[in-house]
Amino acid sequence: MITTRREWWVPWTFLALPLAMFAVWVIYPIFQTFAFSLTSWDGISPQARFEGLDNFVLLFQDRIFWISLANNLRWLVFFVLIPIPLGLAIALLFNASLPGNKLYKMLLFLPMTLSFVVIGQVWNWIYEPDHGALNAFLYAVGLGQWARAWLSDPRIVTYSLIMAAVWRQIPYIMILFLAGLKTIPPELVEAAWVDGAGPIQRFRYVILPCLRPALVIAVTVSVIDALRSFDIVYTMTGGGPHYSSSVLANHMYIESFHNYRMGYGSAIAVIQFLITFGFILVYLRKVLQEEIEH
Amino acid sequence: MRKRKLLFALFFYTVSTAIVAFWLIPFIITVFTSTKGLDEIMTSREIWRPPLAMETSAFRTAWVEGHMRTYFRNTFLIATPSVLGCMFVASLSAFALAFYRFRFSRAVLMLFVGGMLIPFQMLLIPVYRLSTHFGLYNTLAGVILFHVGFQIGFCTFFLRNFMVTIPYSLFESARMDGASHLAIYRKIVLPLSLPAMAALAILEFTWIWNDYLWGLVLLQSDHLKTVTLGLANMQGQYVTQYNVMAAGSLLAAAIPIGVFLIFNRFFIEGLTVGAVKG
Repeated sequence: MITTRREWWVPWTFLALPLAMFAVWVIYPIFQTFAFSLTSWDGISPQARFEGLDNFVLLFQDRIFWISLANNLRWLVFFVLIPIPLGLAIALLFNASLPGNKLYKMLLFLPMTLSFVVIGQVWNWIYEPDHGALNAFLYAVGLGQWARAWLSDPRIVTYSLIMAAVWRQIPYIMILFLAGLKTIPPELVEAAWVDGAGPIQRFRYVILPCLRPALVIAVTVSVIDALRSFDIVYTMTGGGPHYSSSVLANHMYIESFHNYRMGYGSAIAVIQFLITFGFILVYLRKVLQEEIEH
Repeated sequence: MRKRKLLFALFFYTVSTAIVAFWLIPFIITVFTSTKGLDEIMTSREIWRPPLAMETSAFRTAWVEGHMRTYFRNTFLIATPSVLGCMFVASLSAFALAFYRFRFSRAVLMLFVGGMLIPFQMLLIPVYRLSTHFGLYNTLAGVILFHVGFQIGFCTFFLRNFMVTIPYSLFESARMDGASHLAIYRKIVLPLSLPAMAALAILEFTWIWNDYLWGLVLLQSDHLKTVTLGLANMQGQYVTQYNVMAAGSLLAAAIPIGVFLIFNRFFIEGLTVGAVKG
């Protein structure tokens, strides 16, 4: 893996096309969004008026912004707290080398092949208050008092949406941990077993530490995805009822493309970016670490 | 010892079956609903009941009157060139970053990785504006170009991670034999990378097939819409015809599910490298 001084241009020639396309569709747009956030552009006029940080001042007074932010935090918490332990548990279970475990893995994986629009549609039927599966099930097992208007009760609608997304996320986390489990040298586990460690101790002192890299990735990716969730919210409730399920991505889209406030929408995007930035750095650091190790 | 293994096997099969059965309930409900006839939907409003008499009328309605046929065609026309384009372009950058050590190479890699992690909302407005500017708005080409441009980040990362496992000695001996850099890329690295590219292509195809946001922003005419947009659109007309919506959903999901069932090994491989394509 070398570049001689004379042929320094070789890698850059290979990089020319990819970098150019990436610059046009990703890099430059990022800077542009920052720029637009400082204007009051409506998306149609050829000129945009510079407003300085006015958009951000407006944002902090925007009720919907705070609701969206709070919801994104709920997404963040529950998108991590539920899928990670459950995904790990299922991965540990399906890791057993018993015949048929491949079939189980494949079947559980199916939700991951679906688009969020399909997932939203299907869960709409599950959450339907009068004819849907969830309430019908609750009544059938005598828990009728737990039946709710899952998507029209402002107090629980966000959680309903999160559950639909979690249904899809757990299989993904399971895959991550299954891959992580494969990297654990069996001699290590056996040595612990020979030393008399019970299954719980083996888990705590051998398996879990070996899974740390997978855990970091799983948490980071879950956080990043929780902060940019859009499809499910937009297609299931559109942020309603009365913005109670709104998330930043949703708010940004509606402000930009329905209300023609693209400058304001850009400011929302910038806030989203700033919140996610820390986690992006964590992921990049992990990648860099592994780079250096090799 | 035998007894413990037997007990564990029992535990495994009971719990696993319960988990999977529970997990697939939404699927099962959708299949039930899609095979019901219109009269059954109207009379028995319970969405989760199995059909009294199975029919395929819903599928026919979704396909023709619901325009799923058109949406299918559009999504194929978008996903296929996007995947091919991305494979080609990303293989170039992956090659450069895998085999050459040069100043800024790490920075470039981080740039690609960072680009795949940012919230899409940071790109939404400028990309929309760019497309209108260059006459790409409301064209399939515009969507294709965006997907290729955006996916370069993840695809480069993924392919590069694979390419670094190719022994450098192959590269060296080819150079000593006088092979040009381009020849090494074309004749050695590309062929060896085909399995990784297959896994990546399958993952990318599914992701682009299922995309909703970018079609929403970059496409307007109904005759250009993708299956995800089309399905969301169908809600307007068929919202009470659960069977048609369910059939439409299954149609939209059929391709990714089919791809997964056939190529599932590649899928799983693809997901565990890079681990961001959630």
